[in-house]
Amino acid sequence: MVKTLAKRMGLLLLTLLLVTVLAFLAFSIIPGDPTSSILGVDATPEQVAVLREQLGLDLPIWQRYWNWLSQAFAGDLGTSYNFRMPVGQLMAPKMSATLLLAALSFVLIVVISIPLGILSARHAGGWLDRVVTVADQVTMSIPNFVVGIALTYLFGLVLRWFEPGSYTSATRDLAEQLRYLIFPALAVALPRSAMTVKMLRGSILSEMGQDYIRTAYSKGNSQSSVLWRHVLRNAMIPVVTFLAMAIADIVAGSIVVEQVFAVPGLGQLLISSIGNRDYPVVQAIVVLVAAVVVVCNFAADLLYRVMDPRLKGR
Amino acid sequence: MMLEMEHLSVRFCQGQQAVTAVHDFNLKMDEGEVVGIVGESGSGKSVTAHTLMGLLRRSQVEVSGSIRFQGVDLLTLSRQALREYQGKELSIIFQEPMTSLNPTMTIGAQVEESLRIHTRLGREERRRRALEAMALAGLSNPQALYRCYPHQLSGGMRQRVMIAAALVLRPRLLLADEPTTALDVTIQAQILDTLRDINRKEGTAILFISHDLGVVKSLCQRVVVMRRGVIVESGSVEQVFYHPQQGYTKALIAARPARKKLMGGVEHG
Repeated sequence: MVKTLAKRMGLLLLTLLLVTVLAFLAFSIIPGDPTSSILGVDATPEQVAVLREQLGLDLPIWQRYWNWLSQAFAGDLGTSYNFRMPVGQLMAPKMSATLLLAALSFVLIVVISIPLGILSARHAGGWLDRVVTVADQVTMSIPNFVVGIALTYLFGLVLRWFEPGSYTSATRDLAEQLRYLIFPALAVALPRSAMTVKMLRGSILSEMGQDYIRTAYSKGNSQSSVLWRHVLRNAMIPVVTFLAMAIADIVAGSIVVEQVFAVPGLGQLLISSIGNRDYPVVQAIVVLVAAVVVVCNFAADLLYRVMDPRLKGR
Repeated sequence: MMLEMEHLSVRFCQGQQAVTAVHDFNLKMDEGEVVGIVGESGSGKSVTAHTLMGLLRRSQVEVSGSIRFQGVDLLTLSRQALREYQGKELSIIFQEPMTSLNPTMTIGAQVEESLRIHTRLGREERRRRALEAMALAGLSNPQALYRCYPHQLSGGMRQRVMIAAALVLRPRLLLADEPTTALDVTIQAQILDTLRDINRKEGTAILFISHDLGVVKSLCQRVVVMRRGVIVESGSVEQVFYHPQQGYTKALIAARPARKKLMGGVEHG
């Protein structure tokens, strides 16, 4: 077990390292230069050369990468070209908005999909199940930003439950932030929830057909105690793993949906930084998102081992 | 009479189609008796046991006739009332010990589950009785097994766990639905010994279902031969095996491999 864990940890770090290399390479390949967005198009070649030297852009790419990496390990993510402030400081408030949105989305997914999945499986073939299945198919096939636009139109413009674009992270009131974020969170959560419902329903139904369920009935268990004591524990194993991996997807989804709801989170920062060729910022965000993905995969793997006794000690 | 099954018929319905699985089945059993049901696959023997146990989905089957257990017709009971019998008065063990246990529940929890459902015993007392039942089922180290999970056990041990779970409340009748078919011959003989012991010590009646005539002959006092859902012949083991009246029974007996030839003249125990 310890050996497996150590192996997985090593792999995790290696993956992250690889991601940083790829991000660096990608940026050196795409055309464009940060100096032109900082100095404007009228800058003289001398000015550009001076700035390039200041930013360290005159160095060969491997040396730039090495400088960045050694600084990052020391906890210094560099300085934003555009905002002239440390990347860490720049990202912190944006990160809190994105993480809050992602966390809220995750809670919504769990709250929506687990009861619906159970209900749908329990009444499999009935009208409720059919309604859920159709709604599921529809929701699953709509991308989250389209859901976002629909929600903005319905709740923002028609019902006026919130004012689109009114979110500011300066509002320190958490309740107010949550009240606004519930709509983008719903946009992120709905397609994922649909998938989770479908998965949980299938998982429950397949467990119900297992031999051990017949054994459980033969001992005098009622239908609901068979469900709660026997079926769910087993049916949840793949679903929990799926949910843990979905967290990475949620973070990515949040970045897109932020644009629709004008939430000043990492997504906005990422897109403007790519436009401005603000390498240090882009690099930091890419690493952060990659870290979330890799860590969530790792967590999913761990959870799987904890929940399924057959995998313990392997 | 502990059990009287009269004119039992079971039909599976699916849409417009209906298939008769058991037709006009009659069987009487006394306390402590060991009765076998033999027949080829699809002869309706398992369906009979599952009907008796109340394991068939009522929406999918049509059952007629009566199953009187200790004077009560189980077929007239509500599902809730029937649960009072399941695991308490009537228990069942199945053919597939590998899949009949819940993979994510400990052995201990599964053995004492019937106690949790039917009694108000405390945790310690439940544990004590579970360990006792495990010893009765021939498991040699109950304490250590209590915390194990099914995948850590061999097929034979899992079947013993099933037996322990079935016996934990000392039911009057144990249904054994091909309990040794999936096990190898040595383990099979050991499990049969255990069932024999349980019948002798606890007085538990056993309805033993098998397609293996040799097994039924060695364990049972009476036997019922089934084919295509109907009883072909029934009587004491001696009667049926040594003086079969029906052609089908004769064919079934003749179809058994000659042991001496098969084993190269070596008797197995």
